[in-house]
Amino acid sequence: MTANPPIAMLAELTHRCPLSCPYCSNPVELARIDSELSTEEWVSVFQQAAALGVLQLHLSGGEPASRRDLTDLVKAARDAGLYTNLITSGIGLNERRLKELDAAGLDHVQLSLQGTDAEMADRIGGYKRGFERKMAVSEWISAIGFPLTLNFVMHRQNLHQLETAIQMAVDMGARRIEVATVQFHGWAMQNRNALMPSRDQAREASRIVAEARARLKGTLVIDYVPADYHANYPKPCMGGWASTGINVAPDGIVLPCHAAQTIPHLKFDNVRDLPLAEIWHNGSAFNAYRGTDWMPEPCQSCDRKEIDFGGCRCQAMALLGDPAATDPVCVKSPRHEVVAQLAEGFSSSGSDELSYRAQPPKLEPTTQ
Amino acid sequence: MSVDPNEKPFLPRGVRLHFDKVRDDWVLLAPERAIRLDDIGLAILNELDGERSLSMIATSLAEKYGAPADQVATDCVEFLQSLVDRRFVELRQ
Repeated sequence: MTANPPIAMLAELTHRCPLSCPYCSNPVELARIDSELSTEEWVSVFQQAAALGVLQLHLSGGEPASRRDLTDLVKAARDAGLYTNLITSGIGLNERRLKELDAAGLDHVQLSLQGTDAEMADRIGGYKRGFERKMAVSEWISAIGFPLTLNFVMHRQNLHQLETAIQMAVDMGARRIEVATVQFHGWAMQNRNALMPSRDQAREASRIVAEARARLKGTLVIDYVPADYHANYPKPCMGGWASTGINVAPDGIVLPCHAAQTIPHLKFDNVRDLPLAEIWHNGSAFNAYRGTDWMPEPCQSCDRKEIDFGGCRCQAMALLGDPAATDPVCVKSPRHEVVAQLAEGFSSSGSDELSYRAQPPKLEPTTQ
Repeated sequence: MSVDPNEKPFLPRGVRLHFDKVRDDWVLLAPERAIRLDDIGLAILNELDGERSLSMIATSLAEKYGAPADQVATDCVEFLQSLVDRRFVELRQ
């Protein structure tokens, strides 16, 4: 199959992170610290990505600032011709380091926000004084002049702070805010009882976003990911599997999306073994759900099949045990009632207790 | 915020033109977006310098391409308005 080249790469430089958010998008089985790609290996990945057709590079983690070579990696990515975006919690950045990143050519910063006050943010992030630090970082970002996006992950416990989060973005001079309702994969799956929003909350969030978009047109761009357990149509995950995005994990494993490792039968290749272009075009995991030929009914004959691409493969896996099924979020799925029942059950659990993300292991586990 | 022809448009930091060698096309790179440009879009964006007003730019483009000035001005306002709304272009007085 001949695929169009990818536009964006998510480079998860490390799974190390000072925070331990209970909805972390990293896999439950974290990459070992001693397995991370070296500086030279990442530089080669960026050069191969640019040659393949990638335009946008998202430097993420874990916390990318946990990599001491972050500035060198940004410089190498810019030299390769990539637009470089740093996705950070802010922890691990200081004024000197941000100035170095500026000199290295960093294009844009995305700063995560776990809550709009220290009490909420530090509890969700599992990191004391994180909020205070983040506010200092936002001031340095603004003083240097980096374009800023705030990333606010919403769930039952902080959805009431949405309006304040939008106002904070305006006050910080951010051009964009991403307000994403928590996606239930990996770590978040263990926290559905504590994080699932209610249907009323989901509806209220949509109302607030619509109102703010109209009011703040030309001031703040709002990207919004609604609560999909309460939706009628699934999210167009990755804009279609293996169509525009490519992810590289800290240990060099190449993935069609950050949660793809939750699909047990897929085999993933590594940039240590094969060229990136070969993996993108011919890797079996990339071709597994590329295009529309793999789709079952009701997707196959649906007029939305190239709008939402059958939804999320990882969600079909997680909720139905079948990654090739129609995402059950879709009202046309014969299993749609599963989602409604789960949403209702988890959102009314009455428990706010969080199970936090762990830290990656340092050494290879010993076999007994 | 609507575009006034007397204002001076420019690309803010973090938004830049880029030649995409793989696809043999010009794109506008911005936070989380890559916008493919047609010849007209590229011609307009190439003129933005933050020094000249939008009406001056439209006049210069109309001369360069031998097109009716009022049509060019309308096209420029429409095109730039959509970019201003998405914060890809800024205006100074």
